[in-house]
Amino acid sequence: MAAVEVAAPLVRRRPPARVRRQRLLIAVANHSLLIAAAIAFVAPFIFITLTALMTNDQALSSHLWPHPFAWHNFISVFTKAPLWRWTLNTLEYSVLATIGVVLSSVPVAYALARLRWRGRQVAFMVVLVALMLPPQVTVVPLYVMWAKFHPFGFNFIGTLWPVIIPNWFGDAFSIFLLRQFFLTIPEEYMDAARVDGCGELRILMTVVVRLVKPAIAAVALFSFLYTFNDFFLPLLYTGESAHHWVLSIGLSEFRSLHQVQWNLTMAATLLVMAPVIVLFFLAQRAFVEGVTLTGVKG
Amino acid sequence: MQVAQEAASAAVGSGERRRARRRGAWRRRRLVLLLMSPWLVGFSVFFGYPLVMSAYLSLNHYDLLSPPRWVGLANYRYLFTVDPQTWTAVKNTLWLIAVMVPLQVLFAFGIALLLARARAGVGVFRTIFYLPALAPPVAATLGFVYILNPATGPVNTILSHLGIQGPLWFQDPAWSKPSLVALGLWGIGNTMIIFLAAVLDVPRQLYESAEIDGAGPLQRLRWVTLPTISPVILFAVILGVIQGLQYFTQAYVAAGVAAGQASQAADVTAVSLGYPQDSTLFYPVLLYQHGFTDFQMGYASAMAVLLLAVSFAVTLVIVVNSRRWVHVGVAR
Repeated sequence: MAAVEVAAPLVRRRPPARVRRQRLLIAVANHSLLIAAAIAFVAPFIFITLTALMTNDQALSSHLWPHPFAWHNFISVFTKAPLWRWTLNTLEYSVLATIGVVLSSVPVAYALARLRWRGRQVAFMVVLVALMLPPQVTVVPLYVMWAKFHPFGFNFIGTLWPVIIPNWFGDAFSIFLLRQFFLTIPEEYMDAARVDGCGELRILMTVVVRLVKPAIAAVALFSFLYTFNDFFLPLLYTGESAHHWVLSIGLSEFRSLHQVQWNLTMAATLLVMAPVIVLFFLAQRAFVEGVTLTGVKG
Repeated sequence: MQVAQEAASAAVGSGERRRARRRGAWRRRRLVLLLMSPWLVGFSVFFGYPLVMSAYLSLNHYDLLSPPRWVGLANYRYLFTVDPQTWTAVKNTLWLIAVMVPLQVLFAFGIALLLARARAGVGVFRTIFYLPALAPPVAATLGFVYILNPATGPVNTILSHLGIQGPLWFQDPAWSKPSLVALGLWGIGNTMIIFLAAVLDVPRQLYESAEIDGAGPLQRLRWVTLPTISPVILFAVILGVIQGLQYFTQAYVAAGVAAGQASQAADVTAVSLGYPQDSTLFYPVLLYQHGFTDFQMGYASAMAVLLLAVSFAVTLVIVVNSRRWVHVGVAR
C-alpha cells in the first residue's frame, strides 16, 4: 500500500485560518463516523464473546455482562460435541484441497500468462466463465456421478472425497489470480534464464515460482479459507454421515444436536472463528495484497 | 506470429533446420499440453460434463434409484406454471439482489472513502472493517441469530432500554430478509479493501486540476473519484449479483437455527427451509430442497439450467450496460 503517502504540493504554503478550521472540522467528522462504524463492526464479536462466557441461566436472561465469568464453557463444548472430530475433518479437507489447488493451478496459470499458443485467449475465457458459474448449476450431475461411481466398492457419498478431488484439477479463481500476477513479471527474468540455457519447465519451477511466492501464498491462503468456511458442498455429500462432518456443518447442527444452550453455542462459534482470525493476523499482508490484486487489476 | 515463423523457415529452406524447428514447435505444444492438463481434465469432468448432463437430466424424471425416464419439457412446464414455490423463491432472490447488492456497494464505498481520508489509526480501522468478512459464514450467521433473537438478544435488550420495542428479526417474515442484509453488510470487508486500494490509486493530479477548475469536494467525488474507479464498482456489482444468485449458507443456517429456537424440536431441518413462512426460501435453497431432500434430480436440473441462463443473462446485461458508465480511459 505504497499509495498511502500523499504527494505533497511543491510549494508548501500555510493555508488561511478559515480553511484550516474547515479542514479540522472535516477531519473530526470523518473520524467520528469511522469510530461509530467501527463500534458497530466490533459489537457482534463482543456480544458473542460475552455470551460465550455466561452461565446458561444468564444467557437466557437479558443481562449483557457475564457474572460470574464461566470460563469452563470453552471446555464443556468439547464434551458436548465431537469438536475434535470435526476439526480433523476440516483440516483433512482444507489441507488436501489447498495443496491440490496450488500444485494444479500454478502450471495452468503460467501457460495462460506466459506461453504463446493458439487458443490461449479462448482457454482464458473458459476459466472466467467457470469462475462465474454458480456451483448449484453443476452440483446435481456431479452428485449423480459420485453416487454412481463405485471403484472397488468404495462409496464416495458420505465422505469428503467428492469435495477434495476437484481441487486437484485446477481452480478457476486461483488460476485467474495467479495469471494476473504472472503477467506482472518482467520478461527479462525469463529471457535471462533462457540465455543461460534453461528449459521452459525449469524456468517455471525455479525462476518463476520464486518470483511469485506472494501470489502463491495468497492463493494458498484463500483456498484454505474457502474450504475452511465451505458449507454447501460438504453438506451435500456428508450431511447424512455425522462422522465426516466438518466444523461448519457441525456448528450449524450444534444447537439442535444435543439441545445445547446458547452460551455453549456462542463458545463454539468463537472457537470456529478463532483460527481464521489468528491466520489473518499472521498473514495480513498476503491477504490485503491478494484481495486488491483480484479486484483492481481485473 | 506462426505465419511469420513458417515464412522465415521456408525462406531458409534448409530441411535440417525446418525439421529442428518443427521439433521445437512440437516440444512447445507438448509443454503447453502438459501445463494445461490439470485444467483440461478438471474442466471437462467438473464443468463440461455436468453442464451437458444437467441439460439432459432436466428433460427426465430421475430419483437416483430407477433409471432416468424421459419426460420432455414437463419439468420446465411444472417449474414455470405449476410450482407455487418457484415464484416465491425467485421473488426472494430478486429482493435480496435488489436490496443487498446496492447497499453493500454503497456501504463499502462510504467506508473506503472515510478510510482514505483518515489521518490516524488507518491500520486498526482497516482491520476492524475487514475481519468480519473472514468470519466463517456459518459462525457469523449463528452469532447474528443469537444477537438478534427477540426475547433475550443483546440488540433488543438495548433497544428496550431505549424504550423501543425491537422487531422479531429472524422470527418475522417481514424482518428475516432485512436481518440477512444486516449480516451481509457486516461482511463487507473484501469489497471495502478493493475500493480503498482503488480510491488511493486515483492520480493526485486529477484532484488538483479539478480543484484549480473550482470543483468542491462533492464535485470532485462525482467527476473524479467515481469515474476513475468505475471499473472496480462494476467488478463489485457483478460479484455481488453472482453471489446473490448463489445465496445459500446464511439463509439455510439462519432458517434452521431460528426454526429450532421457535419449536425446540430436535430435528427441524425438514420443515425449516425458508423459515419463517418461506420468507428466506431463496432459489438455491429451493434447488437444494428439490435435489437433495426430495431427490427429484430431473426437476432440480431444470432449476439449475434456468439458474445458468439467468446468471449469464444478468452478467451480460451488466457488462453491456456498463459501457455507458464505466470509464476505461485510464491505463493501469
